[in-house]
Amino acid sequence: MSIATIPFKGTKEQEEKLREVIKKHTGENGAVIPVLHEAQDIYGYLPIEVQKIISEGLNVPLAEIYGIVTFYTQFSLYPKGEYEVSVCLGTACYVKGSGTIIEKIKERLGIDVGQCTADGKFSLNATRCIGACGLAPVMTVNDAVFGQVTPADLDDIFAKYQA
Amino acid sequence: MKSLAELQALRDCTLDKLNLRKDRKEGIRIVVGMATCGIAAGARPVLEALEREVKAQKLDNVMVMQTGCIGMCRLEPIVEVYEPGKEKITYVHMTADKVSKIVSEHIINGRPVAEYSVGTDKAQSVNDTVFYAKQKRVALRNCGVINPENIDEYIAFDGYQALAKALTEMSREDVIQTVKDSGLRGRGGGGFPTGMKWDFTYKAVGDKKYVCCNADEGDPGAFMDRSVLEGDPHAVIEAMAIAGYAVGADQGYIYIRAEYPIAVERLKIAIGQAREYGLLGKDIFGTGFNFDLDIRLGAGAFVCGEETALLTSIEGNRGEPRPRPPFPAVKGLWGKPTLLNNVETYANIAQIILNGADWFASMGTEKSKGTKVFALGGKINNTGLVEIPMGTTLREIIEEIGGGIPNGKKFKAAQTGGPSGGCIPASLIDTPIDYDSLMAIGSMMGSGGLIVMDEDNCMVDIAKFFLEFTVDESCGKCSPCRIGTKRLLEILTKITDGKGTMEDLDKLENLCYAIKSSALCGLGQTAPNPVLSTLRYFRDEYEAHVKDKKCPAHVCKALAQYKINPEKCKGCSLCARQCPVNAISGEIKSPFVIDQDKCIKCGACQSTCKFGAIDKE
Repeated sequence: MSIATIPFKGTKEQEEKLREVIKKHTGENGAVIPVLHEAQDIYGYLPIEVQKIISEGLNVPLAEIYGIVTFYTQFSLYPKGEYEVSVCLGTACYVKGSGTIIEKIKERLGIDVGQCTADGKFSLNATRCIGACGLAPVMTVNDAVFGQVTPADLDDIFAKYQA
Repeated sequence: MKSLAELQALRDCTLDKLNLRKDRKEGIRIVVGMATCGIAAGARPVLEALEREVKAQKLDNVMVMQTGCIGMCRLEPIVEVYEPGKEKITYVHMTADKVSKIVSEHIINGRPVAEYSVGTDKAQSVNDTVFYAKQKRVALRNCGVINPENIDEYIAFDGYQALAKALTEMSREDVIQTVKDSGLRGRGGGGFPTGMKWDFTYKAVGDKKYVCCNADEGDPGAFMDRSVLEGDPHAVIEAMAIAGYAVGADQGYIYIRAEYPIAVERLKIAIGQAREYGLLGKDIFGTGFNFDLDIRLGAGAFVCGEETALLTSIEGNRGEPRPRPPFPAVKGLWGKPTLLNNVETYANIAQIILNGADWFASMGTEKSKGTKVFALGGKINNTGLVEIPMGTTLREIIEEIGGGIPNGKKFKAAQTGGPSGGCIPASLIDTPIDYDSLMAIGSMMGSGGLIVMDEDNCMVDIAKFFLEFTVDESCGKCSPCRIGTKRLLEILTKITDGKGTMEDLDKLENLCYAIKSSALCGLGQTAPNPVLSTLRYFRDEYEAHVKDKKCPAHVCKALAQYKINPEKCKGCSLCARQCPVNAISGEIKSPFVIDQDKCIKCGACQSTCKFGAIDKE
């Protein structure tokens, strides 16, 4: 299954929220990035349908919006899993073995970095430094941070989310 | 807030109310380190347990507070207890379970619990440890001391006094001259004299000017700015207001990474409180000076740490750099003169205004004044955040403050300056840490990440790691960086795969110099530094990969060889059955052997062997 074929399931409520956000920022200098941040909070990602609404609302060409979305790694064109697993590949984590951790997770979930499992449960990211270098190597699942992770810890960590 | 007297009154009142006064007679103050690392290590349940316990025991005179980063990441979660007339006690590796004992023994009965504290035989304060002995906290002065979400506590520690002093007692020129005289240089990496930047922006002609703060701390391994923003956000706000007064700006922007949600949240709270107190907004201190701040979130692009790219991103575009000149001081945000400093630079300003330029210039070396915050990480015992006077040697940082290398391993190199910096080899461990000494040995101060590496780290692999980062993060605007770094990475990969030639080493070096001299922005120009500095100090390691097809640190997978130790092998055949390519053969109960030509170095044999008989070489 290709990730791009997941159909857009935006609701009326989401669209209303987005239009409010656009209204709030209209006329503001440099509004596109703040609006994209808030839109991603609403929808979880930024599919072309959402970009179109923003383009029309802010009167900025769609090509420009798309250019901005694809430039910044925080913005995603694809939906994320229910649990977003991120492994830090910052220097401090890397020298302490986070490269092995991410390989083991790839094997475990059967997906590559940037992908989502077929059941929509887990997506995997390699992140840049999250600034918790003192606890290296570090991984996060949604907002929970796990420090000093070893390959042996992965069973326990994933057990929390696999129920 | 209309006058200095009002500020003073609030300061005195808060000191009494929150058990902050050093000479107070009663009242205990308990603080819990709640920066990202503390929370990740489990500080929240500890804070909640403390609050519950103090309430249950009806201890009205005890305040439980959250604070920012206390600095010793390795020992998180950390709790500190301040008692009147006594040295504070630092409790480490705290859990909710330990709370009731601390409250009943220490808080109620006055007997500190030695076993939970940072001391080995008696309860002690983190200030008494070697980790703190050499530190001098200026930028981090309030981190781990005050509650960052309460403006009153910042004011109690002389907060906003510097802004009041600048606005009511100093001319704009005085402020700029003080910053110039202090010798403060940009803490974001480049080390440009801050006072000069302020002066350029002051002199630039424009109907509108801006003051911006670079909080897009993208260097992997660096978290100084996050700690300042999480622990003392008002220090940055106050400094930006002072800068606004000095250069003639009434609007500021803080550009901060979206990856730092706690810092963003605390900044928002702090800006809201400052507005409420009239310390941001119109007619500050009744002087007619107006200044306000907004936050702009980054969106995960390393290049946005570069000043022109950052401004382009605030304007709402793809964060691509543009050629300089014109410098932002002349033509910055929306074409207007713009002052841009990073978080740590701003964190020094209020202290310089209050204590004077001479005080600041008395710390550090001749050309690098003051202190620098480093995020100590990697293969070092005391990972954490340290602030040291400029000129402290790398040896003092690693052996004394850092407590040496874990597991009895040997120190190999320290990496500073992130993807733009270089490695300092063990032979140069006595190098003083200042802008010029680091530049002279091919590294750079950078923003302050200091990653320690031991003998198990392969320097070619480290160079490759940084190039992977740069290739990923190159914005693509100029070809030397977009294509050049990719070619560098390809050559490095060839070498770590054991397919490199001696010619490749020369090619690598030439290409590095070509990129350095032709890339558009600072990031491209410094991208080859990790390669150049490892080539300079660890050429033998590169040659070992090329000539002997060996990785001396046993990191590069393609060059590894798995061998069975015949003395340990029991001949059980387990490894032979696990091997996916049938490379292992032998007779039951006699030692097995691996056919190196067939082996794909997956390591499956090593992980299944029950006798530890398989070595990776």
